[in-house]
Amino acid sequence: MSTMLAIKELRSYYGQVQALHGLELSIREGAVTTLLGANGAGKTTTIRAVCNMVRSTGSIEFEGKSLMGRPTESIVQYGIAHVPQGRGTFTTMTVEENLQLGAITRKDIKAIGADIEKMYAYFPVLKQRHTQQAGTLSGGEQQMLAVARALMLRPRLMLLDEPSFGLAPLVVRDLFGILRKINQEDKVTILVVEQNAQLALELAETAFVIETGRIVMSGDAKEIANNEDIRKSYLGY
Amino acid sequence: MELFVNQVLAGISTGAIYACMALAVVMIYQAIDHLNFAQGEMAMFSTFIAYQLMQWGVPYWWTFPLTLIISFAGGIAIERALFKPLGNAPVLVHVAGFIALFAILNSVAGLTWDWTIKQFPTPFGNAPFLGSQLISTHQAGMIGITFILLILLFVFFRFTRVGLAMRAAAALPESAKLVGINVSWMIALGWGMASGIGAIAGILIAPVVFLEPNMMGGVLVYGFASAVLGGLTSPFGAVMGGFLVGVFENLVGTYIPGVGNELKLPIALALIVTVLVLKPGGLFGRAYVQRV
Repeated sequence: MSTMLAIKELRSYYGQVQALHGLELSIREGAVTTLLGANGAGKTTTIRAVCNMVRSTGSIEFEGKSLMGRPTESIVQYGIAHVPQGRGTFTTMTVEENLQLGAITRKDIKAIGADIEKMYAYFPVLKQRHTQQAGTLSGGEQQMLAVARALMLRPRLMLLDEPSFGLAPLVVRDLFGILRKINQEDKVTILVVEQNAQLALELAETAFVIETGRIVMSGDAKEIANNEDIRKSYLGY
Repeated sequence: MELFVNQVLAGISTGAIYACMALAVVMIYQAIDHLNFAQGEMAMFSTFIAYQLMQWGVPYWWTFPLTLIISFAGGIAIERALFKPLGNAPVLVHVAGFIALFAILNSVAGLTWDWTIKQFPTPFGNAPFLGSQLISTHQAGMIGITFILLILLFVFFRFTRVGLAMRAAAALPESAKLVGINVSWMIALGWGMASGIGAIAGILIAPVVFLEPNMMGGVLVYGFASAVLGGLTSPFGAVMGGFLVGVFENLVGTYIPGVGNELKLPIALALIVTVLVLKPGGLFGRAYVQRV
């Protein structure tokens, strides 16, 4: 399988503070990749850099095309959907409007209605609440909505920033089950950034471990999960 | 009783002026989260453009769409040239920008068309409407156009993709960018639309208050009062607020001794303060539920 996203020598800055120090990461097409690390290690910064939401130098290539310097709103044109930290729900709008917003750049307007129905099949709870203001949904439901909104783009690559954050363990299980299904059935390549390493390693095929802005470990997710030393020193379980 | 009914009707007809202006105020507030103090001057300037076109012999029904297009483009140009560079500057910087724009438009209009009062024609005529001495056909037409405008805006924001994108850009710029919305142009579009609505308001108001560079001074205060009363987030609220302010000011002027015509303007200001203290969201502003 070919490399879909290649990040090289990535350095990112918040004002004077440098958050990433020459980060290297690559994602294979069709795979689920996870980026693990503690609070403040630079996980969120990494995927924000892909969407040019933080000042960076280095190279980020998506299928050979450079994403550096492209405005955030143009990243969707490559088929990259970003589910941001905190879910990015349009809380004052209805559930259905949130889904329509996910498809706002698509030209095939006729197919959007069918895709919304498909999302309701994936996430039945969203159908029950489709006229409801999105801000009234529970945290888990909002995360489902965020994933569904991203899928409405018909993305080729989905970036997820801590989807498990603040959710009950059972809800997280559900969500990760759905992510697996999306990866296998819809052929969406996924990069999931997580603090919940155990769960993320079950889902992913490849894992990267980040510490203070550098990748300190990468490899097969199963191997990392089975290596007690790595687990204890970097993943904390 | 007849006096009361008459005053209410008169209030509704002046209220239509405020409603129009409030609609423009709300438009821009939705797009940029600030009150544009130069809104009235922009409307005045648009009206002068219409006046100039008519002076050049363009027929009224051509003047109207032409003025709308020029104002729309002008609103976008102002945003691109003046307010986009300000970007995320603090509120006070924006306020200074609005005041500068106010002064520039006011002076340029004065220099170009001088400060004398001018007649401005109405397409509706000034006959009594349905035999009523209180509402003229012009005022009835104005109320009608305000409601048509409101319905068009409702349809635009509720049922079109651009409307949805504009709402998303205003609500949550960062998420809007992530789904591919060009937030910067949505703001420019908001300016263009507010400018266009202002032009309609100006053209409708000018036959009543007469055309001159300072014609919008009082009207804008009432427009703000209406928008605040109805809720700055709701175009429908803005229009209702406009009518309510019109009726309220008339009734207070009639029934409370000592108020009369001279003290009507402070009523609008008192209304703004009262609403902001008692019900900051306005009468029709949606109270959004937020989970924390």
